[in-house]
Amino acid sequence: MKAKFLIPLVVFLGLVVFLAIGLTRDPREVPSPLVGKPAPAFQVPELLDSNKTISNEDFKGQVWMFNVWASWCVACREEHPLLMQLARTTDIQLIGLDYKDKREDGERFLQTRGDPYRRIAFDADGRVGINYGVYGVPETFIIDKKGVIRHKHIGPITPEALQNKILPLIQQLRSES
Amino acid sequence: MIPELGQLSLILAFSVALIQAIFPLWGAAKNNAGYMALARPSASITFAMLFLAYLFLSWSFYVNDFSVAYVAHQSNSMLPLFYRMGAVWGGHEGSLLLWVLMLAGWSACVAWLSRSLDMAMVARVIGVLGLVMVGLLAFVIFTSNPFDRLFPVPAEGRDLNPLLQDPGLIFHPPLLYMGYVGLAVAFAFAIASLLAGKLDAAWVRWSRPWTTIAWVFLTLGIALGSLWAYYELGWGGWWFWDPVENASFMPWLVATALIHSLAVTEKRGAFKNWTVLLAIAAFSLSLLGTFLVRSGVLTSVHAFATDPSRGVFILILLAVVVGSSLTLFALRAGAVAKGGHFALFSRETLILLGNIALVVATASVLLGTLYPLILDSLNMGKISVGPPYFDAVFVPVMIPAMVLMAATPFAHWKEAKWSIMARKLVFPALLGMVIALVTPFIMGSGNFLTGLGLFLAGFITGSVIQQIIPTLRSGRPGMSFWAMQLGHLGVVVFAVGVTMVSTWEEEKDVRMEVGQTVTVGGYTFKMIGLEQVPGPNYSATRGTFEAVPTKGGKMLHLYPEKRQYFSSTMPMTEADIDYGFTRDIYVSLGEPLDDGQAWAVRVYYKPFVSWIWGGCVVMSIGGLLAVIDRRYRKLIKSVKPSSADKVAA
Repeated sequence: MKAKFLIPLVVFLGLVVFLAIGLTRDPREVPSPLVGKPAPAFQVPELLDSNKTISNEDFKGQVWMFNVWASWCVACREEHPLLMQLARTTDIQLIGLDYKDKREDGERFLQTRGDPYRRIAFDADGRVGINYGVYGVPETFIIDKKGVIRHKHIGPITPEALQNKILPLIQQLRSES
Repeated sequence: MIPELGQLSLILAFSVALIQAIFPLWGAAKNNAGYMALARPSASITFAMLFLAYLFLSWSFYVNDFSVAYVAHQSNSMLPLFYRMGAVWGGHEGSLLLWVLMLAGWSACVAWLSRSLDMAMVARVIGVLGLVMVGLLAFVIFTSNPFDRLFPVPAEGRDLNPLLQDPGLIFHPPLLYMGYVGLAVAFAFAIASLLAGKLDAAWVRWSRPWTTIAWVFLTLGIALGSLWAYYELGWGGWWFWDPVENASFMPWLVATALIHSLAVTEKRGAFKNWTVLLAIAAFSLSLLGTFLVRSGVLTSVHAFATDPSRGVFILILLAVVVGSSLTLFALRAGAVAKGGHFALFSRETLILLGNIALVVATASVLLGTLYPLILDSLNMGKISVGPPYFDAVFVPVMIPAMVLMAATPFAHWKEAKWSIMARKLVFPALLGMVIALVTPFIMGSGNFLTGLGLFLAGFITGSVIQQIIPTLRSGRPGMSFWAMQLGHLGVVVFAVGVTMVSTWEEEKDVRMEVGQTVTVGGYTFKMIGLEQVPGPNYSATRGTFEAVPTKGGKMLHLYPEKRQYFSSTMPMTEADIDYGFTRDIYVSLGEPLDDGQAWAVRVYYKPFVSWIWGGCVVMSIGGLLAVIDRRYRKLIKSVKPSSADKVAA
């Protein structure tokens, strides 16, 4: 037996180890150090009106959903119809964060596709996103009345995630004092 | 009652598969003819039992038996019959049953068509297939039983995922599984030859048609999946480098390498170990794909409902099947006889280089697919790897592969002469240059990659012409010759499609009201109207669009829809496409704006996009020609009792 014929087996065994470890993780579940912590503070201009500013303080006492998106993000387009539907059929306080985007591009995105957001923070240099630990877009945070992040969803929101996790959580948070 | 009969058939199939796995292999090892003789009947019975199980499951769908959990999850009484039959494999459990049924079908085919083959070989091949079957059937029965009952019985089913309610997607999985599972035959032949410790010409001859037909199914399955993504997802893209797409593409790349390496092994007796390793790798990647799709370790648009116990089970199955095969390879590969010698510059070497390009491409796709998982395992954070990575690594590897595709046929076996090859390649190179220069001139734009893509397409076409003309003069070439030429021309057609569409496609994403127009790709689109139309299990908003060529010509009508299925919260986009030989016109409805006053509309002009799938079809026809080559027909028909008797005696 020559050693070179062992190479495929060794490579494969290495692969199996990674697959086994991978199996114990959930790729959608990102252990965000921010969950359970107060939402990082921000005060930035609004996307649709640069004269107004928007801050996390504006939503104290409310349960709100903070959706990070960008016009350059393909997965956001995928997510967008669901957000539109959410805006039409529920009274959820949906706030957007236009992340590392150009103002015109962001506006055009909403003009052609519709605007599901109550208000939108404009984060041109991505600083707000960095404070929120955004590493992929879209991401969605659920923030409770005290301003604490209670849940983070990575990637486009799926109908299942909405029905099984996000909507029940919002219901529950609203009943908290 | 019917589901219980299905359950019973499954258990019987499992029991017979155990016989199929144990006795023939044992008999081949101990030279016991009686045990070996069990191979063929057990393979046939396993297939019959699984076919029955499949029919029983289909029946439960036919009569809307929602007491069966799987039916309740996948179907709905309003779902049209055609889709109810397709829904049988629309979810995890049923599609796995289809997988196993096809595996049993392939091993039954081996049993029926292998009369001229050495009995010990047949016993080993069927035994190895039996082992794989036992593993997968155990997976079905213990973790993914499609016949599980549901109590209390729901009044209505949850319905098939609307994305899957489409003819393209109904046929996509069976084709793909036929390919995956077909690779199991090549795998079983390779393992059987390692077990026997000999790798002779008969083995190779036998593996070739099986590998090719599996490759044909895989090609068509992947192409259909890509076509479906193109018209159904509403984004006009045809390949997304999604983990699940990669999972089907990697076995295809390795199977392509295997087909070529088998040709060398048959003709020249060289690369035996390499061929065996490729056969093992192709099927291992099919199993790895199954693991990736069904365990939930990666996020993907295709992901099935996941369950950790399933992931563990498939990982163990994968580790056992692939681990033991590679161990066997390590132990036996040295013993396999050496093949014919060849010079450093020869057709053998060039084919090997092509093979290496395909394997490197596979490795880079594998790395990109698993990289997020590996980083996560090492606690180095979570990332996702997207099309920029894959385009950057895949395209450069394919360029030398395509050059080799054109040049290698002019190289002689054993020792090639560069002077002869160079002379033959003058015409292909000229043709390539003309096409690469003239096309951008006609289109009025272009870049380096466009030129390169078109050059390679012309280069290979020229090489094909250069081969056909002398061959025709010197007599009637066999099917294999035409098979190879068509296979390579398929790549040309595909490459032209990719080059054209990625350079000259146009897209506009606009807000439109009734009466407004937009101009894209030489057509002026006008929104004529919007109406509500009912469907069997959905209601739709249908837009009517006129498309008029700006240079004058026939007016086209397009009717994209936005469907709301009653069972789903997610609206579905049905693009309308005017397919054409040199271009597709593509309109899809985005979102209603301003309370339905206007719509976001996506309009695409896609030059030569249909060539992408056309190329795959041409390649597949090439593969089919190779399979029906007379040599193999003889192989199947000729009954040689002498060889079988010798073993039996």
